Amino acid sequence: MTGKVYQTAEAALEGVLFDSMTIAAGGFGLCGIPELSIAAIRAAGTQNLTIYSNNAGVDDFGLGRLLQTRQIKKMCSSYVGENELFMQQYLSGELELEFNPQGTLAERMRAGGAGIPGFYTRTGVGTLVAEGKEHKDFNGETHILEHGIIADLAIVKAWKADTTGNAIFRKTARNFNHPAATCGRTCVMEVEEIVAPGQLDPDAIHIPGIYIHRLVQGEFEKQIEQRTTRPGVAA
Amino acid sequence: MAWTRDQMAARAARELTDGMYVNLGIGIPTLVANHIPDDITVTLQSENGLLGMGPFPYAGDEDPDLINAGKQTITELPHSAYFDSATSFAMIRGGKIAIAILGAMEVAENGDLANWMIPGKLIKGMGGAMDLVAGVGRVVVITDHTNKDGVSKILKTCALPLTGKRVVDRIITDLCVMDIVEGGVEVIELAPNVTLAQVYQSTEATIVNDA
Repeated sequence: MTGKVYQTAEAALEGVLFDSMTIAAGGFGLCGIPELSIAAIRAAGTQNLTIYSNNAGVDDFGLGRLLQTRQIKKMCSSYVGENELFMQQYLSGELELEFNPQGTLAERMRAGGAGIPGFYTRTGVGTLVAEGKEHKDFNGETHILEHGIIADLAIVKAWKADTTGNAIFRKTARNFNHPAATCGRTCVMEVEEIVAPGQLDPDAIHIPGIYIHRLVQGEFEKQIEQRTTRPGVAA
Repeated sequence: MAWTRDQMAARAARELTDGMYVNLGIGIPTLVANHIPDDITVTLQSENGLLGMGPFPYAGDEDPDLINAGKQTITELPHSAYFDSATSFAMIRGGKIAIAILGAMEVAENGDLANWMIPGKLIKGMGGAMDLVAGVGRVVVITDHTNKDGVSKILKTCALPLTGKRVVDRIITDLCVMDIVEGGVEVIELAPNVTLAQVYQSTEATIVNDA
């Protein structure tokens, strides 16, 4: 098997980036975001990106770094608060925005990756989200048609992977990384540690390596958006 | 005397019963977790991928890989389980979550809810709210009865873009508890020293109780 392990995110993304491409990105807020790929895409300067991601980062971190360089043409997200730069670019008409309910976005990625071109959901019926979409009744309830997403590239982050791409996520950093990974024609995964096959329990794998084409290990900044604590000290 | 935010949250906690799986929204609903009675066990779902949400961590124990849907650092519990976003919303859409307690900008007497967007002003997004109101077993809203200008938030019809149509079951405000019923809202409980007449005065929606 041709090796999946690359030394840098720049190397892992070589040959898969092109202007006007679509990218599915993992992460929720700044938790579990593909920091290394975002930095590499910024360095590559790829333009006119359409990005499927639950959020758009903050002004100076996460996908916000690609807004700074105006590489993003369109965001498909469920929540874009906490990002001034996003608001400015959206209100000035530079940036397109398609709101997707969070569960609909996740299911669109899952469906796209699973070969399901569309699905019906009650989510969004009677709201702005339903405008222009096919409506159909099932068991007396109205549903709308949503389309699966197949992206040119998926960029995701996991905790550990073996060299074949079998990977384990950590805590709530799993979030969109799993469905995003499955819906990319190419998936680049960044991890904190790459181990040899056999080092991970096959029963504990969260996502099998079949979905992962390129792997890179690196150091992560892992910013915290809302640091909340309770009084007292750890036992 | 009208209920405080904390008292509204405490009243909402009485909606919970032993064994329930529950999703709490951002804002006052988050405070509900502080008022869950000791003699019942409920499991809090955080839609970014966790069942069994624990309290905030002690200073120094924050983990950037462990946050709630409000992006706040939290902790796990012995019975916690993690999952991805598609699985999270499969359990929401699939009706496995018994109840969601959410905030509101406007609620209409037919159960319509608006809580995600003010055109031209607030464009943050719906997050998981549309999926939650469409999918969970029961939707309880906690909101101030009126806005800062004293205008009713409990309306005949919502003016703002909707989060969901005919989705709200019960409304808990600083003045009272109301159920969405045939023909309007029914006041089922009043805050201490609040009269039905006061509720009438502060409410645009049709109240079905006799004045």
